Amino acid sequence: MIAAFLYLPILVLVLFSFNDSLTLVFPLRGFTLRWYGELFDSPELLNALRNSLWVGLASSLVATALGTAAGLAITRFRFRLRGPFLAVATIPLVIPSCVLGVALLLVFAELGVPLSLWAVGIGHTIINIPYVMLIVTARLLGFSEHIEEAAMDLGASYWETLLRVTLPISAPALLAAFLSSFTTSFDEFAVAFFLVGTDATLPVYLYSQLRFPSRLPLVVTLTSVIMLASVLLVFFAGRLQGLGRQARKALP
Amino acid sequence: MEQRQRVALLLGPPGLWLTVFFLVPLGIMAVFSFRAGSFGAERELFTLDNYRQFLQDSAAQHLLWRSTGMAFLTAAFCILLAYPLAYFLSFQAGTNRLTLLTVLIIPAWTSFLLRILAWKVILGSTGALNSLLLWTGLIEETAPILLFSREAVIVALVYVWLPFVALPIFAGLERIDRRLLEAAEDLGCRPWQSFLRITLPLSIPGVLAGFLSVFIPTLGEYVTPLLVGGVNGIMYGNLIQDQFTRALNWPLGSVLSLVMLFLVVLFTLGFGRRVRLSDLAGV
Repeated sequence: MIAAFLYLPILVLVLFSFNDSLTLVFPLRGFTLRWYGELFDSPELLNALRNSLWVGLASSLVATALGTAAGLAITRFRFRLRGPFLAVATIPLVIPSCVLGVALLLVFAELGVPLSLWAVGIGHTIINIPYVMLIVTARLLGFSEHIEEAAMDLGASYWETLLRVTLPISAPALLAAFLSSFTTSFDEFAVAFFLVGTDATLPVYLYSQLRFPSRLPLVVTLTSVIMLASVLLVFFAGRLQGLGRQARKALP
Repeated sequence: MEQRQRVALLLGPPGLWLTVFFLVPLGIMAVFSFRAGSFGAERELFTLDNYRQFLQDSAAQHLLWRSTGMAFLTAAFCILLAYPLAYFLSFQAGTNRLTLLTVLIIPAWTSFLLRILAWKVILGSTGALNSLLLWTGLIEETAPILLFSREAVIVALVYVWLPFVALPIFAGLERIDRRLLEAAEDLGCRPWQSFLRITLPLSIPGVLAGFLSVFIPTLGEYVTPLLVGGVNGIMYGNLIQDQFTRALNWPLGSVLSLVMLFLVVLFTLGFGRRVRLSDLAGV
């Protein structure tokens, strides 16, 4: 029942993406692939897609790097600023998107820096850093510090140990964190809406198209494509986490 | 000391990044909230007028409480639907549980905007539901519009958040030591008794995490009301968005945002004591 509730609305959209009609109503008018063809003829759409991919890639790389460093610091060390740092780093988990978007908008306005995809990317790193931190932390707590100590006893420096022991063991978590950040960024609208300048990301472009009923079939078709892509990505990420779990079992 | 240096090197970059792009923006927002205007000479003036304006604006406050109510209802419906689902997955589904969980999660990973759009397509007066019912002859004429109401916003949001609520509840149920239930049974407890006295109390942290993970984003929601809410379905977030995109009254918008932030932090501290961060984040 609940599975039906979850999947029906999506299936309705997919169904209409093959329907040969401008309006999204029953009865269906017959099968067509023309919307899928038109997708690739829309330069604005392809441009927005490219923007989203870049923003997602760049912001996820930054979020993964920063979140991992933070995760390492809070799991492997005890220090005075730990509490305050954790508090600040986890507020983004609960901050409403509109507040975050607006706050960043104010900074850019205050500094006189024009809004751009960079602003969107920065916003997305703030959203994603806590998630990365938590994913990586879970992994770091999952294997023994003794492995790192052994490496250092054998003469490796701290940073060598980090690069050659800790990070490789955490690799599945890092990749999972990266993919999770990427999908979040790729789909993010509420913050991006305030921060895009003239260059739209895909969700912002989609939103702008919703005003034109004649563009609706195209939007719906794009949905179907994105959906397929995200499902594949999630599946891939899930496989990685599974691999991570196996790797953990193999450790003493 | 070596230790210190390592911490500084690890913590420096994320700390700096979060300070510059998160704390400073919130600080600037606080500064803006005391300004008399968004542009020109007005912005140099210090004033409490924006706060006064908010305190006197009963419409804005009304909207804030209504949004809180909508967020509460959305979260409550999500829990009512998700709890049995998570319970089934954890206790009855056996070895298939992870597959079923994945099936549950996949829709959650498809575009947020488009899942909301799906409801717009379905609920509209010329939409899929109405035309389907007309076509199949189940109804004679178009049913009154289901779209553009508070209810439409809640339905769409429950749909969007359901998997995110099921996840922490499931995680909470998985953590329950099954030997407790066996012991209860051995001691003559009936199934419903052991549910009420063991399973339910022990699952509360997961439920709270699920509740918060819906309640908070819904409270700050402005996109869903724009798409399916119409005039009757607008929320407090739309007010904030309006100040920044149309009215261009940034100082007032800052006050509105800070009020919401304050409320959210309050709720999180109030509810969140028993919540695991990792549950809240769904990782």
